[in-house]
Amino acid sequence: MGKLFAAVVTVITLVSTGIFIMRVWWLPQIISAHGASIDRQIMETMIAAGVLFVSSQLLLSLFVWQSSDTSRQRKIKTFPGGATPMVIFAVVLVGLEVLAMTFVGSKVWASVYMTPPDPDSMVIDLQTGQFAFYFRYAGPDGKFGTLHPDKINEGNQNPYGLDPANDIASRDDIVVGTMTIPVNKPILLTMHSKDVTHSFYVPELRIQQDIVPGMLIPLHFTATKTGRFEIVCTQLCGLGHYNMRAFLEVVPQDQFDQWLKTQSQ
Amino acid sequence: MRTKYISMTALTLVAGASLVALAGQPPRPASGSISGKITYTGTPPKMKAIDMSKEPSCVKQHPTPVTTENVVTGKNNSIQYAVIYISSGDQGSTAPTKALKFDQKGCQYIPHVLAMQVGQAFQIINDDPTSHNIHPLAKVNPEWNKSQPPGTPPLNAQYPKAEFIPVKCNVHPWMHGYFIVLNTSHYAVSDDDGEFSIKDLPPGKYTVTAWHEQFGTQSQDVTVAGADAKGTNFVFKAVPY
Repeated sequence: MGKLFAAVVTVITLVSTGIFIMRVWWLPQIISAHGASIDRQIMETMIAAGVLFVSSQLLLSLFVWQSSDTSRQRKIKTFPGGATPMVIFAVVLVGLEVLAMTFVGSKVWASVYMTPPDPDSMVIDLQTGQFAFYFRYAGPDGKFGTLHPDKINEGNQNPYGLDPANDIASRDDIVVGTMTIPVNKPILLTMHSKDVTHSFYVPELRIQQDIVPGMLIPLHFTATKTGRFEIVCTQLCGLGHYNMRAFLEVVPQDQFDQWLKTQSQ
Repeated sequence: MRTKYISMTALTLVAGASLVALAGQPPRPASGSISGKITYTGTPPKMKAIDMSKEPSCVKQHPTPVTTENVVTGKNNSIQYAVIYISSGDQGSTAPTKALKFDQKGCQYIPHVLAMQVGQAFQIINDDPTSHNIHPLAKVNPEWNKSQPPGTPPLNAQYPKAEFIPVKCNVHPWMHGYFIVLNTSHYAVSDDDGEFSIKDLPPGKYTVTAWHEQFGTQSQDVTVAGADAKGTNFVFKAVPY
């Protein structure tokens, strides 16, 4: 029985490793300037974790195989010094690995989060709420209107609570449910939530960012390929979470200008 | 104990006798009606296009993009979806037994405004291949919030008190409508030409009120003298913002 278990563990280990090596279910294409560095980091993490996973599983199989022979009165070997040094050894080993990955990975993280946005970035104000994403462009005047939470009315398509009657800057604000951006143009998203925590996730952009109520979260990126991509919420935000999604349209600059012009009318 | 029984029997007899007496009175003929048109002056706000892209099954149902319905205007400055009702002078009547229908189709509420009488039954139907979550934001009446996956039977509902209730869908934030629960059975909702007609009114003096979700309410006194009180028009002042 023990030998069969050892064999099953070995097979599971090899098959699951094979799935990764053959890239059966792999990451989608990259469409952002910083995407390749994220993938490199994912790869490093995967290799580090993979080596540990494979070696520990194979060792497990080996030990099970060796200990499966109950015919002889074998003395069970233990870790030198007993259980306590073994636990300390394991904690230090795993801790060192996690720390090492943190230091290596922080460089990539900082390159996305700690660098200032390009001064020529186009600002899009992103608001989440149960259960929709909304995107706001400043319009021809280049200024965003002030938000008035008491004026929020989604039925009238005023999810931001703009006050066009009194606030001139808000009159030309463009509020849409699909995020259209020009390709190769730096984008600065200012993200906020009107109710609970949501998450902005576009796998192709290699961006997944929580949006915490009460915080204004900036995030910048540049899309490098045109196409239509799905934006999904990845924080369980309530009953309609499954249906909380929007689309990202990356289009050539001239097409974007035309789109913006149409929206402004 | 016996005294109690006697007094209760006496009370029942008196109540019964009053009912018979009331029923004996000839009912007033209900032959008059009030009709007119709802229009605006000024510039109404521009309706915004609704982006339904997260629900492809609803996008498919609309060859041209749908816009918001908080101000729906027609020819000659007419306004649709205004509710016109007798706010004073009505004799009272029981609610009709026929259930009204409120449909969810193409991720829109049809009709946008559903007027009903207190206690009148209505059915909420999901005609979409997607889930809806109907949430009438009642304050006076009990508030509820129900999920309706595709293919589920209609939800039956009714409201015991008069109230103007905004309705929203928790899954599709652009879906927006109203339940207008009235104390009277004499009401109408203006059609796409802004016209309305309140029928079966006994002769008498009435106060007629027109309500619109964006433009507020207006009232006027109308006398019905057997025939149609035509030209009971309401003009709302529209502002672009």
